[in-house]
Amino acid sequence: MLPLNTFWLVQLSLSGALILATSLLLLKIYKYLCYQLTAQKSLVTQINRVLPQTQCGQCGHPGCLPYARAISEGEASNRCPPGGHETILELAELLNDPVLNLDPSHGQFKEFSVAVIREDECIGCTKCIQACPVDAILGGPKLMHTVIEAECTGCDLCVEPCPVDCIDMLKHYEDAPGHPAVIFSKNHDMQGARP
Amino acid sequence: MLGVGTSLSTRRTAGGIKPPTHKEHSLRSRIMPMPIPPQLKIPVGATKSGTITLCIAAGDHVHKYQKLAQLQMSAQGRSCIPVHAPTSGIVSAIEEAYVADHSQQKQVCIVLTTDGLDTSLPLEPAVDYRQLASEELVTAIRRAGIVGMGGAGFPAADKIDSAAHQAVDLLIINAAECEPYISADEALIRERAEGVVTGAAILQRASSARRCVIAIESSKPDAIQALEQAIEAQTNIAENCELILVASKYPAGSEKQLIQSVAGIEIPSGQLPARHGVLVHNAGTSYAAFQAVAQGKPCISRITTLSGQALKTPKNFEALIGCSVEFLFDICGIDKSLRAKTVLGGSLMGLQLPSDNAAVSKTTNCLIAAGSAELAPPAETQACIRCGFCADACPVRLLPQQLLAFSKTENNSQLLEHGLMDCIECGACDYVCPSHIPLVSIYQDSKAAIEAGRTNHERSEAWQQRFQYHQYRIKKEKDQAPTRTKAAPANKPAAESGESGESVSSNGDGQEFFSKEKASREIAAAVARVKARRAESKSVASEQDKPK
Repeated sequence: MLPLNTFWLVQLSLSGALILATSLLLLKIYKYLCYQLTAQKSLVTQINRVLPQTQCGQCGHPGCLPYARAISEGEASNRCPPGGHETILELAELLNDPVLNLDPSHGQFKEFSVAVIREDECIGCTKCIQACPVDAILGGPKLMHTVIEAECTGCDLCVEPCPVDCIDMLKHYEDAPGHPAVIFSKNHDMQGARP
Repeated sequence: MLGVGTSLSTRRTAGGIKPPTHKEHSLRSRIMPMPIPPQLKIPVGATKSGTITLCIAAGDHVHKYQKLAQLQMSAQGRSCIPVHAPTSGIVSAIEEAYVADHSQQKQVCIVLTTDGLDTSLPLEPAVDYRQLASEELVTAIRRAGIVGMGGAGFPAADKIDSAAHQAVDLLIINAAECEPYISADEALIRERAEGVVTGAAILQRASSARRCVIAIESSKPDAIQALEQAIEAQTNIAENCELILVASKYPAGSEKQLIQSVAGIEIPSGQLPARHGVLVHNAGTSYAAFQAVAQGKPCISRITTLSGQALKTPKNFEALIGCSVEFLFDICGIDKSLRAKTVLGGSLMGLQLPSDNAAVSKTTNCLIAAGSAELAPPAETQACIRCGFCADACPVRLLPQQLLAFSKTENNSQLLEHGLMDCIECGACDYVCPSHIPLVSIYQDSKAAIEAGRTNHERSEAWQQRFQYHQYRIKKEKDQAPTRTKAAPANKPAAESGESGESVSSNGDGQEFFSKEKASREIAAAVARVKARRAESKSVASEQDKPK
């Protein structure tokens, strides 16, 4: 009776230990996978936060988030012209990569500007509305369109499809009519004045 | 406590500098009443800062004390700042003009051509403020259009209101006025201490503060004596109004530094003093509150210091709101050949005014017509020698050297960690720097860069959200597309018959605003125009074509 009992006891304890070990291992693997996934995700989010979010597609991806995903998987980080050198620097710091120059095959860096429609020339074709990635153009078919200046990302995507070339990219504020001029220059000389 | 000044102990804070005060020139004479200028430009406010409601139109005749307009601040629903006529005359125009204040923008001004008669509306009968509840006092202060006279220009009634909600314990009347050249508050206290003390009591009652403290620099014996006498004379006030001397150094009068020396509380970064039970008002604001409640007068003038080597007789004026800087300088006998520049404010934090046509506003505390020798641009900048004088001088106990290094490398995260946003831009570090490094302007640039980075980030987040919504919308439309194509043929005839009506809208004369033919004509013309333009540009320079 006793040896049989011992045998069963040993069996039970052994199988119990095995089950425990397996479950622990599975838990570890699961945790590791979760960690990897979140790390990957957070890296994509971090990269996405650095990108300028103009959604211009000059990098060859449809939007900034897909490009961020591509960078996290090893694509070159110097293909964002609107971000310019600053974005490249930040990305290099984030990814611990060497700093590269902007890839000229994807375009040149330009100052931030917004699209402005010359409204009397617009024929109302709605092509720019379809091109706008952030729905910042208002207008109906055969009616005049206009750009919501505050929402425009300056991505240039509406300029190309316009059949009558009535969209200009203008510098923010400076060219906008009615912007109040700054009248007092901050007097830097004053700060170190010794009476 | 109410003996002669010697019995009062002086409170001190960290850092600070002791520059020559230059106040004695403007304090030689009494506060002068002002002759009525031929024209006043009364600032109402910038169009950006809120909604302006005019109570008069161009061509109207107005009396002294008459309400002209009010500015409704957009941010807070309740706050509005009314503006009153400083004298009688005819409103000749309402225009945007330069104003002598720190806002750095053009403001809407009411141009008043004065008639010299100074006929006034009857003032509201003077009332005893002790009979009024705190809400009534706040209403009276709001109706008088009082703003912070120290320079910030925040509506005084709003400040009291917000403080009353947070159970304020201590009201500090800031009479420290530590910056060189400015002597407006000192002159006011010397001559009208009773008004300032009564105003303090009014503000205390309005904000339901338990204690009231008048803080003044120890280097102003005349003003201290006047205040002591005024407090003693008014027995009902003397019980809970106290006089505290602060060390005579710059910047003792800065709000947070003053609270630290008077109450011993250090207000954490980015928080308002009211949250910690402290409310600070300027002595000029206190006097304006006295005029508003005890005399029923709206805020139509302020004490402004006129100083500088180019003036024959520097003095303090009771300047009417809206008179031009040039007019004030003229009655002080300005020698224009001596003047190198005009400065608004004191010598350390002042701004240079590009134009003398700027109008005096409710926050114009000092105007300096600087000669070529004073306030000269600093000597050539040299490298930082790490002497550490700036760290000793900093009243906020920052590390200016470190900040300078981080500013140069544009290390924004480190700048924020080292408290750049707590820098009050007092200029003490600049003043002591033996290498003449313009530290404050470097910090200002860094602050602006950080602020720009922040707005950029917010903007790109908004773009991201809009892009996501755009994608969602496209997807939804795609999903719904099959049902739409099915329904389309049924709708089409109806739509076409609607369009064949041709004129979408026409006015009474039968003239068409919009018709199909006209539109297609215009479109054809536009396309032809573009074709011509493209052909032309192609022939001129084909290499300038955009890369596709």
